[in-house]
Amino acid sequence: MLEVRDLEVAFGQIAPLCGVSFALEKGETLGIVGESGSGKSLTAMSVMGLLPLSGGRITAGSIIFDGQELTKLPEAAYRKLRGGRLGLITQNPMTSLDPLQKIGPQVDAVARLHLGITGQQARARTIEILGTLRIPEPALICDRYPHQMSGGMKQRIVIAGALAANPDLLVADEPTTALDVTVQAQIIRLLDDLVKERALSLVLITHDMSVVAQTCDKVVVMYAGRAIEQGPVEAIFAEPQHPYTQALIGCIPKGLSEDEHLVGIPGTVPTVMNYPKGCPFHPRCIRAEDICTKTSPSLLPRGDGAVSCHFPGAAP
Amino acid sequence: MLIPVSISISVVIFLIVQLLPGDPIDNLIRVGSSTEDRKTLVLKYGLDQPLAVQYFRWIGAIFQGDFGEAIVLRRPVADLIAQNLPYSLRLGGAAFAFSSIAGITLGTISATTRSAIVENIMRGFILLGSTVPGFWLALLMILFFAVQLQWFPVSGAKGWSSLVLPVLTIGFGGVALVARVTRVALLDVRREDFVTLLHAKGLPSRTILFRHLMPHAMLPVVTILALRIGWILGGAVTVEFVFGRPGLGSLLIRAIGQRDYPLVQGCLLMLALAVMLGTLIGDVTQAAMDPRIRETKK
Amino acid sequence: MTSITDTIARALSGFRSTPMSRAFGSWLGKIAGGFLALLVLTAIFAPWITPFDYTAQDLTNGNAPPGWPHLLGTDQFGRDVLSRVIYGARTSLSVSATAIAISITVGMTLGAAAGYFGGFFERAVMTVVDLTWSFPDILIALIFVAIIGPGLTSTTFAIAIAYLAQFTRLTRAQIVRLKQETFIEVTINLGAKPHHILLKHLLPNAIAPVIVVGMLAIGDGIVLEATLGFFGLGAQPPTPSWGAMMASGTAKLFLSPWVIISPGVVVAVTVIAVNLFGDELIRALDIRDRIRDS
Repeated sequence: MLEVRDLEVAFGQIAPLCGVSFALEKGETLGIVGESGSGKSLTAMSVMGLLPLSGGRITAGSIIFDGQELTKLPEAAYRKLRGGRLGLITQNPMTSLDPLQKIGPQVDAVARLHLGITGQQARARTIEILGTLRIPEPALICDRYPHQMSGGMKQRIVIAGALAANPDLLVADEPTTALDVTVQAQIIRLLDDLVKERALSLVLITHDMSVVAQTCDKVVVMYAGRAIEQGPVEAIFAEPQHPYTQALIGCIPKGLSEDEHLVGIPGTVPTVMNYPKGCPFHPRCIRAEDICTKTSPSLLPRGDGAVSCHFPGAAP
Repeated sequence: MLIPVSISISVVIFLIVQLLPGDPIDNLIRVGSSTEDRKTLVLKYGLDQPLAVQYFRWIGAIFQGDFGEAIVLRRPVADLIAQNLPYSLRLGGAAFAFSSIAGITLGTISATTRSAIVENIMRGFILLGSTVPGFWLALLMILFFAVQLQWFPVSGAKGWSSLVLPVLTIGFGGVALVARVTRVALLDVRREDFVTLLHAKGLPSRTILFRHLMPHAMLPVVTILALRIGWILGGAVTVEFVFGRPGLGSLLIRAIGQRDYPLVQGCLLMLALAVMLGTLIGDVTQAAMDPRIRETKK
Repeated sequence: MTSITDTIARALSGFRSTPMSRAFGSWLGKIAGGFLALLVLTAIFAPWITPFDYTAQDLTNGNAPPGWPHLLGTDQFGRDVLSRVIYGARTSLSVSATAIAISITVGMTLGAAAGYFGGFFERAVMTVVDLTWSFPDILIALIFVAIIGPGLTSTTFAIAIAYLAQFTRLTRAQIVRLKQETFIEVTINLGAKPHHILLKHLLPNAIAPVIVVGMLAIGDGIVLEATLGFFGLGAQPPTPSWGAMMASGTAKLFLSPWVIISPGVVVAVTVIAVNLFGDELIRALDIRDRIRDS
């Protein structure tokens, strides 16, 4: 369904994303995890073809969606795909809806544009979709303005907009980060159900490993603009090979036992301006040796997945 | 807000006559009037009454369209205002339309093309518009376009062509100002998440610009335009005088020069009213455009 | 709502001069400063500099074009335009500077009191300030001239009143902001007297933006003075003023345009220089945000 190969992105002279590859089948959920600034959102924007909005461009690699090469697709054709076959869910529902327009027309617009239906029909469809997303009284909601709704409701409306034209692939960029914890779980369950009911493919971008464990089939772990480890969720969680992945999994609080401490990863994520030489993780890595500071490891197959590390292996 | 402000303004304007040195009656009547005339006026304005009573009589009369009598021109102030107002409205309206339409268009072009040249020209024009005295600009316009090129009449108010130079003079700084606010507002909205999402829905850029970005960018533009009504009036006062156009501004300046106080009061009251109306229209327009503002106003 | 005012503030901040100062760097501000210093010196030493007596009429040599010996030509009465422009600088600068000085003194007092004491007094002051704020400065000045009649004194007061709101608003914003800072809170809690806090701590900290805005206001004041003068409501003859010169020039606009052009150019250049210099000060003192606050 979607195959991304050696994707590189640049903003002027700065290259915040280099060499990201992954593939996704119909009905699958792929998780992309990493801390903020690791290039997750850029990957999402690249797939949606929205990089030019923020002044970026794809410098190498390919994105193949349903047999079509997207990186060379003309804008007009891309526009038909966006909203039609590719749906995007953004991070902050508070700012993701036009505050000056009613909810109804904002969702209608997608079906009008891509399904060629109008007026009453489009509205009926909107109401139906809002209903499937468990929004109470969908017909009334259509006449409301975004500021009159809660964050969780707004996010459902954003999802409704993404679903309105029956897309094949959903890209959800941290869809729950800005929401209350209780609402987060609802939204994740909702997305999970949608994937199963509609045989959607979902690219779920998150910084939360536990969300990946619950919902995803595959996972890509990103660090400083690279995929450092990837593979099936079970395999990665059972035997993470990269020290960073191990640390991320270690950060998931397991229970409420008295003697458990919340674990963090020492150091900070490097910014695009100062990616370290060699392996980008080496300043924070417990296994770092001389070679790590000099050459960058390539992503090599290992077990069911692939890892980019000079000293891969299960945690000691 | 509007009502207390209107009242305070009318009090200030009313007090002009009282604050003048000498007996107010002398400022309201022409020199050499008979004692009888004086008595009628004293009765009419209740000048023997306390100030508060005088004020209410004055404002009451104004509500009935009685602004008093102009001393020098010997005609009812209301008539003079009625005669001059249409010229001011025409000039003000045209200048307002010019600065908003040209400003918004220019700002939109500058934001969508992101042209540094357009941006710098705009800033330069704002600099000139806010530093060059309006009357001098008007004189230069006359020298260049009316005398040298003879494209437009030098002065007067006959036909549309006599409007061109005054409107350009007043609108000069306004266009650049509106353009710049439009540009900054558009570039701001463009960065919002919902715009990314609109693109992600596959909407054409043109639709996004006109249906979604423009309404947002117009909110601050409406604010600045509402303020601009006051500035346009200020500019109109000067420009009317220079171009020798009839209108409230030239009437006011002549009245001040001739110390014709009833007329001064009438003109100031009308101009103040226009500024207030501008603010009001601005608020109403904004509420009509933004549901969030409607909610807080309720 | 804050976003709207913020957008406008950003659209307008430094809007007057940044294009040029960006292109030419800070030396443009220095040139502007130099020009202003030169202008002030010229005004002070006018009697020694002017080539002719500014009142001397020479009806046989009226409306002479620029040349020798009248560098900027003569007006309809044969008076030397250059000399009159130089003496006009005296009138313009002194009227505007005096007016702004009055405006700053009164405005700072009102603003500081409003910001410090708050409550009803603050609301009353700010209502009046907002009221004058929405009116164009020329209208406010005209109301005032209407009361005390035409002349230089009333022009001075009219300018002072027209810009009063600006300083009141600015000072109040500074004081309100400073009051929330820890060191002031500590001083208040230690039981210092209000006048002590205001004079020793708040005003000295609030004064830099006020001075710079005052500097810019002198430019606006010059324009306003010229405008009132042009209407015949400012300086009365024989006092030379840029505005009045241009007014008398309108009569012979086509015959001798130089009578109007040279004082106008001087006004424009002076005001642009004031703005460039003011902008340079704002940048040097790093107070743009504090000015924008108000």
